[in-house]
Amino acid sequence: MTTPARRRATIAASLPLLLLAGGCSYLSGESQGADPQSADCDAYEQWQGHDGTTVSIYASIRDQEAELLEESWSEFSSCTGIDIAYEGSGEFEAQIQVKVDGGNAPDLAFFPQPGLLARFAQSGDAIALPESVRANAESGWSEDWLNYATVDGELYGTPLGANVKSFVWYSPGLFSDNGYATPTTWDELIEISDAMVEDGIKPWCAGIESGDATGWPATDWVENIMLREHGPEVYDQWVDHEIPFDDPAVAEALDRVDSILRNPDYVNGGHGEVQSIATTSFQDAGTPILDRQCGMYLMGSFYAAQWPEGTTVAEDGDVYAFNLPPIQEEHGTPVLGGGEFIGAFADRPEVVAVQEYLSTVEYANSRASLGSWFSAHRDLDLDLLEAPTDRLGAETLRDSEAVFRFDGSDMMPASVGAGTFWRGMTNWINGDETEETLAYIEESWPSS
Amino acid sequence: MGFSLLEELPKILWLVIGVAGFAAVIGLLLLLVDRGPKTRRDWWQAVCFLGPALLLLLLGLVYPAIRTTALSFFDRSGDSLVGLDNYVWMFTQPEILTVLRNTLLWVLFAPFLATATGLLYAILVDRSRFESVAKSLMFMPMAISFVGASIIWRFVYAVRPAESDQIGLLNQIVVWFGGEPQQWLLNQPLNTLLLIVVLIWVQAGFAMVVLSAAIKAIPAEIIEAARLDGTTPWQLFRHITLPSVWPTVTVVLITISVQTLKVFDIVRTMTGGQFDTSVIANEMYNQAFRYGELGQGSALAVFLFVLVIPLVLVQMRTNRRAREQR
Amino acid sequence: MSAPTSPAATESSAARVRRRLSGRAASIAAIVIAVVWTLPTFGLFVSSFRPEQEIKTTGWWTFFTDPSLTLANYRDVLFGTASQGQLASYFVNSFVITLPSTVFVVALAALAAYALAWMNFPGRDWIFLGVFALQIVPLQMSLVPLLSFFSEGVSIGGVQVLPAWELEGAFQFTTVWVAHTIFGLPLGVFLLHNFIAQLPRSLFEAARVDGAGHGVIFRRVVTPLIVPALMSLAIFQFLWVWNDLLVALIFAGGGVETAPLTVRLAEMAGTRGNEWQRLTAGAFVSMIVPLLVFFSLQRYFVRGLLAGSVKG
Repeated sequence: MTTPARRRATIAASLPLLLLAGGCSYLSGESQGADPQSADCDAYEQWQGHDGTTVSIYASIRDQEAELLEESWSEFSSCTGIDIAYEGSGEFEAQIQVKVDGGNAPDLAFFPQPGLLARFAQSGDAIALPESVRANAESGWSEDWLNYATVDGELYGTPLGANVKSFVWYSPGLFSDNGYATPTTWDELIEISDAMVEDGIKPWCAGIESGDATGWPATDWVENIMLREHGPEVYDQWVDHEIPFDDPAVAEALDRVDSILRNPDYVNGGHGEVQSIATTSFQDAGTPILDRQCGMYLMGSFYAAQWPEGTTVAEDGDVYAFNLPPIQEEHGTPVLGGGEFIGAFADRPEVVAVQEYLSTVEYANSRASLGSWFSAHRDLDLDLLEAPTDRLGAETLRDSEAVFRFDGSDMMPASVGAGTFWRGMTNWINGDETEETLAYIEESWPSS
Repeated sequence: MGFSLLEELPKILWLVIGVAGFAAVIGLLLLLVDRGPKTRRDWWQAVCFLGPALLLLLLGLVYPAIRTTALSFFDRSGDSLVGLDNYVWMFTQPEILTVLRNTLLWVLFAPFLATATGLLYAILVDRSRFESVAKSLMFMPMAISFVGASIIWRFVYAVRPAESDQIGLLNQIVVWFGGEPQQWLLNQPLNTLLLIVVLIWVQAGFAMVVLSAAIKAIPAEIIEAARLDGTTPWQLFRHITLPSVWPTVTVVLITISVQTLKVFDIVRTMTGGQFDTSVIANEMYNQAFRYGELGQGSALAVFLFVLVIPLVLVQMRTNRRAREQR
Repeated sequence: MSAPTSPAATESSAARVRRRLSGRAASIAAIVIAVVWTLPTFGLFVSSFRPEQEIKTTGWWTFFTDPSLTLANYRDVLFGTASQGQLASYFVNSFVITLPSTVFVVALAALAAYALAWMNFPGRDWIFLGVFALQIVPLQMSLVPLLSFFSEGVSIGGVQVLPAWELEGAFQFTTVWVAHTIFGLPLGVFLLHNFIAQLPRSLFEAARVDGAGHGVIFRRVVTPLIVPALMSLAIFQFLWVWNDLLVALIFAGGGVETAPLTVRLAEMAGTRGNEWQRLTAGAFVSMIVPLLVFFSLQRYFVRGLLAGSVKG
């Protein structure tokens, strides 16, 4: 052992200790100061007094949509001094479970599936809404919406954004050139489809590929038809498993889906045979509408953001949408939709302040004014919605005739709603028999 | 919000402190290990060398493995004991049986083909003029994440209707030869084999690098002597190269086998486990985290542990043989 | 240690002809494999310069007959609206996560592998097999216990034995280092054990006779000989950590303070996965560093020659 080596070792050993002692506070990155008490901040006065606190939010919303979210509460944040640490992840559904189980739950989370929020409510991890937030929620949203976040009589979440999943996208140009009118009944829809076949256009296109979520667009089809064919009561029974998944009512609905999605005359515009539905991504599926290779595409209102740059989405533009028409008149105008619910895992005062703010109509308007978003809030200012389809969506939700139901697969147990239902429908597109598919899903429904 | 060095400095400082601190601890350990008391020296020297690693493993892997095994006997939330129900479920669901079959296909094909390709390539480019470039080419897939690799191959397998342009290379080749474009990922069991290709593509680089290092370790004199005797390349490979690198081949095979058993990202990104392509690791993740069926997910994980036993036995034999030789 | 003699110098001319012929067949085979292996990546590379619409409608090979080039994908990845100039921060994060995780694994695995191969203590073989078998423990199953260890500490029967690690700012990287080190160890020990166990016994006996202890043997005798193996392990560990998404998501979170490049790139796929054409460019941006590392460390593989000649 030579001396220089030992000296080197001693220096190396003591250096970090020195640095540690001196640099601890620097390394832990103390946060920067708060903002002025200007007149702009008057609106946020009731939430002030939490200077220097941080509230963490975890959600599945990423990229541009996440940037808009952060912008929508930036004023609140700078006026109240509450730093909102937002994190969006494509693995939200799985990771939120890991984070909660690992004792590292976020303060707030945006759940796109009420079923998942209910799971945390039942396990005692999620915290029921405090009185003030509950009051906001009850004045802002219809009972329909709040029911989805209610577990054992306690409200666990306030709705955030919303979407409509029964939109049929089409090309207004194609419709007017060929003299098709947007259908208001199911029969008209089929008439138009047949007319398109005669005119040499494949009336429908579809794509259910979505990475590890492949299959969900097909479940939206089944849910839409269930709701229209048998009405909201039977729909609810089906979602709650009060009738079995292979009930004749479901078979009937699936047969009707069959008459469109597995009808070689009707699909798959711009993509090929029926089977191509299984491998076409839902993002790409609608694009042939622009080339008039496909007539119609059933997909949620959020599809507005998927059109290639330069596409005008408007009633007189390149593409637009209508609500899938009713089948049985006695069930009114059914609307299938979805949205996020804000659940809480902490009840610190600053967390409650953020919850309160996010449940106000002022927040909804703030987010809506930034574009590509709408909510089911009763008093949302529709004039703020710039995109025609956002406006259409919000109006559809608000329509007094409308019977709103939440996307059923988001309410079912995840092993079905995000598992066998998706998988079963994918195999069904790929050629499985209707009976076989329904029996398979019924079989997989978790006991108890 | 631009890039500011001042904001990055703490990270870099902590990085330097962390690594330097670690190096100091290890250095100190190596200094002290030879000067301790003479009693039970073997024992505490082993503790010094092995202790840090074992401690970490105990915390991060052994305990979770035990916990997982325990959870596999509980229901979905881990509250009530259900005995062997989760295992019964696993072996009676036709779907899970398909999953087990697919995993078998993966383990049968991926390790051998990846190792064979890697070995062949390592020998072919050994001492060639372009060795470093050539090796980099095969190594490149390793530098891409599994998710990136899966995206690349989704492009290769992509299909468009016969009347329009193909965007997938495989179908374009089929079309060039006058065939009809195929839905490659829909038809089982071909689709599983096509997914295996992706893993082979990635892991061959690993096999090549490790085996190439082993080939370089063969003493040059032996090869020269054989060359002077007029040995053909095949004989050289059969009698000198292969026996010399055999222990490393085993290591590579075993390593890739374990990676294969755990394969997850490829299946998830390429097909999401649809069309009967799911494998145990993917199904385990679905059950335990996406479906909230912790018990069933744990049972699948335990089955993975069981599958590694044959590999442990192979390794045991290798160990014994190595000990006899030296 | 003798430098390897050039093979060509001692060859007869007949042997040289034979070698050249077989060399040609070998070269062709090598080229074919290389092309097959590179083509998919090359396709992606070309695609990363094509406009979104063309990626989705025509094959990348049409680029050569009908070239249309855009840097939009790279612009989005490097300077996308929110990440203006921030990509550099994610790069720094990736480095800060990857470097220590690599160093820790290589060093700890080398120590453990040495002990398992050349020290005498009871249960040695069983410990080795145990460590080996741990490779199979799915990462996902370790996340919850490990996370709760960091965030809640350890308590046995209601008594807090170890406190929670309440880390802020740059200190948060520590948990990621520990997690990656743990997950990399079993394979590291296994790979290095193979190399260390193959060293000739005579080396150790000679050192023992000189009175060297394990510490000295490890530093002076073993380490220089297994440099190529250490380097291969370092490269692979570097790649695994660099490309990891899962561990980073759980332990590093998604903020610009700690999240690595992979997290950022995954985020860019958009909420509904619509922006995947950016992944083409993103994949190349994140590939640059691993490739540089590989190129710069490659010369250590050639050193294997020297190690081999000692062994003979």
